[in-house]
Order: sequence, then C-alpha cells, then structure tokens
Amino acid sequence: MRNIVTIAKRELGGYFSTPVAYVFIVVYLLLAMGLTLFITRFYEREQADLLAFFTWHPWVYLFLVPAVTMRLWAEERRQGTIELLFTLPVTLAESVVGKFLASWAFTGIALALTFPIWITVNYLGKPDNGVILSSYVGSFLMAGAYLAIGSFVSACTKNQVIAFVVSAVLCLIFVLAGLPGVMDVLSALPDVVLQTMRSFSFLTHFESIQTGVIDLRDITYFLSLIATCLVVNAIVLDMKKAS
Amino acid sequence: MMLQIQNLTKDFGSLRAVDGVSFSVDKGEVLGFLGPNGAGKSTTMKMATGFLAPTSGTASVCGHDIQTDPLAAKKCLGYLPEGAPAYPDMTPESFLEFIADIRGLTGSTRAQRIQDVIRKVHIEGVMHQRIETLSKGFKRRVGLAQAILHDPPVLIMDEPTDGLDPNQKHEVRLLIKSMAQDKAIVLSTHILEEVEAVCTRAIIIARGKVLFDGAPAELTAQGRIDEVFRRITTGDRIAAA
Repeated sequence: MRNIVTIAKRELGGYFSTPVAYVFIVVYLLLAMGLTLFITRFYEREQADLLAFFTWHPWVYLFLVPAVTMRLWAEERRQGTIELLFTLPVTLAESVVGKFLASWAFTGIALALTFPIWITVNYLGKPDNGVILSSYVGSFLMAGAYLAIGSFVSACTKNQVIAFVVSAVLCLIFVLAGLPGVMDVLSALPDVVLQTMRSFSFLTHFESIQTGVIDLRDITYFLSLIATCLVVNAIVLDMKKAS
Repeated sequence: MMLQIQNLTKDFGSLRAVDGVSFSVDKGEVLGFLGPNGAGKSTTMKMATGFLAPTSGTASVCGHDIQTDPLAAKKCLGYLPEGAPAYPDMTPESFLEFIADIRGLTGSTRAQRIQDVIRKVHIEGVMHQRIETLSKGFKRRVGLAQAILHDPPVLIMDEPTDGLDPNQKHEVRLLIKSMAQDKAIVLSTHILEEVEAVCTRAIIIARGKVLFDGAPAELTAQGRIDEVFRRITTGDRIAAA
C-alpha cells in the first residue's frame, strides 16, 4: 500500500512538472464548458440541471483521456526507467495500480475544476444536487474506465502516438456500442448481441447514473472493466518487459 | 555467498543470448564482467536483478531466490541499469527521495542516507536541476546514487563509468573500491584497465558463455590484457585456472 502511494505520488508529480498537466486542464475546461454553453445551449435551455454539461463527457474523454495515459508506460519503456522500476522492491501490481491511480486522481482534479458550472446552475435555479453529484460520480467512474483502457494500451508500446490512437479507437468502440444511431444500423443482428453490446457501452451505464440513481450494476460495470484492464495491463508488462 | 548465479540461460526466440552462465560473488569481491558487445553481459545482469525471467537456471541474492522471493532479493540489491535510466522530469533531489521512499527509508535515516550518497557521487550542485538537463556524467552519477542509496549488500552495475571523463572515471573507481570491503559488487565494462584497477576477479563472457573466470592477474600474466581478451573472445578457449 505504501508503495502504491509512493508510485502514485511520483507519477502525479510528473504530470505537474511539465506543461502537459496545465495544457490538459485548460483544454479540458474550455472544451467541456464551450460545448455546454454554445452547442447544447446551457442558458437557452433554461433548465436547472447539468444534463447539457454531462452529455459531452463521454466525447471529451474520448480524446483527452488517451492523452493522459499515453505516456504512462510507453514513456517508462522509452526512457528505460521500466528496468529501474521493476528491479526496485515493488510488485508489478503495485506499479500498475499506483500509476493508474495517479492518472485517475489527475483526471479527478480536472473534473473537480468544472465546479463553477455547478455554482452557476445553483445560482440561477434550484437544481437537484443529488442528480448532479451522482453524475459527477458517474463521470469520474467512466473516466477511470477510459484511463484503464489507455493504461493497458500504453503498456503495449513504447510509442506514445500509437498509444494515443489505439486507446482512442478502443474507447470509441466502447462509446459507440450504446449509441442509438449505431444500434439502428446494426438492428439486423440478433437481439442478444445488441443487448450485450449495449450493456458493454459506457453510454448505457453513464446515462443510467446520470438519472440520479447510483445503481450497483453500473458501479460494478465500471469497476470490473477497470480491474480487467489493469490485470491485462500487468500481464502485458510481464510478458514483454524487455522489448 | 551474497550473489549466486546458477546455470542461467536466456533464449530470445531462437537466439540463445545467455548460455548456462554460473558464478558466485562473495562479500569483499569486485567482479568485473567483460565481453564484447552482445555477449550477454547485460542480459545476465537483467536476470540476476529480476528484471528478466531466465529461460532456465536460478539467481539468488543474499540467499533469496530472485524468481520465487523477488521482494526480499531486490531489497538486498542495488542496481544501476545500462544507461543509468532516471525519470527525466524529476530533479535528482526528488528522484532520490522517491527511491528512498520505495526502499522504505524514513525519518533521519532517510535524510542521512540521501546526504551521504549526494556527497559520495558529488552531485551537490545539480540537486535542483531537472535530470533531463544534466550532462551524461551527472546522469550516470545520479544513477549510481540511486543504486547505493540503501547501502545494499549486493551491488550490480552495468557499465558504471560509461560516458564519464577520465577524472570522473577515477572517482567512481575510488568509490567502488571504498565500498568493496563490505559488499559483493558486480560491474560490467568495456574498459580492460578498469578490471585491473578495481576488480578482484574477472569473468569474460562471449556468445553467452563464460570463457574465463579468475583473477585479473591471471589475464595479465598471459600478455597484454587487450590481446588476451581478444584471443579469448574470438575463439580460443584458455584453461581457466
């Protein structure tokens, strides 16, 4: 546990010691707010909720989260520090979990910095803050799933660009699987397949949490997806450490 | 025996990089690992330190098998990997603090050990500079500091003096010598004089096999050390004493 914290602290410090962290946070906030205010027309809707804000999260994460995770393991390989890390008295699991938690904490910080929109909606009306809180929890959990996928992909390569593109595509599949338009196109498929696809989609579970009900099934979905990705992440690292 | 290597073999696909290497190193010994590029020096070290799993054979550090009891073995081990990798966006200070935390050093011991190694490798002046901005020599010394931070009984260094200027080389050799009494040290090198200067024992490895294992004096007794090295590594096996 101590080692996980040490590794996470180092990794998180790594984000903030370069401009990457600040660029990411600024772009994330501009994008999230811009889309909310100008595309989904937050003010014109005159609704005291943050639906117009959270709707965008799966799409914003789609290309910002891979930017957070692309360096996670690829850089460790390229710099050769992976050899240092794995000859220190830490377990593989501690390294994988520590690094993942750092990226999750970082994304959490960015997400928390969207608080002005919460203040705004409370100033303008009487929103259901329970729904907003559960949407934030859902968004954070969903970010974790994106990050876990990105972390696993980053472990497969030493090239950050490849890591970015492949994780973005993988995450896109997880988003599209639940998108109504995509489901319509695939409607010729047997119902079981469609149901399964939909149940694997980020959208299905995120939308369900956004209704204000934190269902154990949705939490289980995100957490088990994270766990699975991290296990595969560790296996990949163990198999191809040297290359 | 502080470090025991038994029959280590490593295959990469159809290539046998290391072929049945065995040796052991005791406290007080400085073992020089010699060999041409691609001989299997680094691969052997990577297996001895638990980074790579051997195809067959075992390595144990202070009696702990590196495969079955990796954490205990790694605690007894200081390792300077090839190229002295370190996190480029950290400063030597934060880097050494990170290593100290991972090594479980706390409180005054932690501060004391960090101060100690900083003095030993002479990096006082660059402690607050990012590692990526450091010269090759300083980077190497930061890597060295990291390896000896917890005062490990077994120290393995892959080309510790590579990229250093003659004065720095001399300093690192003095440092190694000063630590030799109470540690088992293995270092790989291309520089033959280095073996004569610091090592109590030399192993010559080529094409994954140990071709010579003995005192450096036995090598020099057979002629100029570079000629002996060439003779051994290009084919003619000599009788190891």
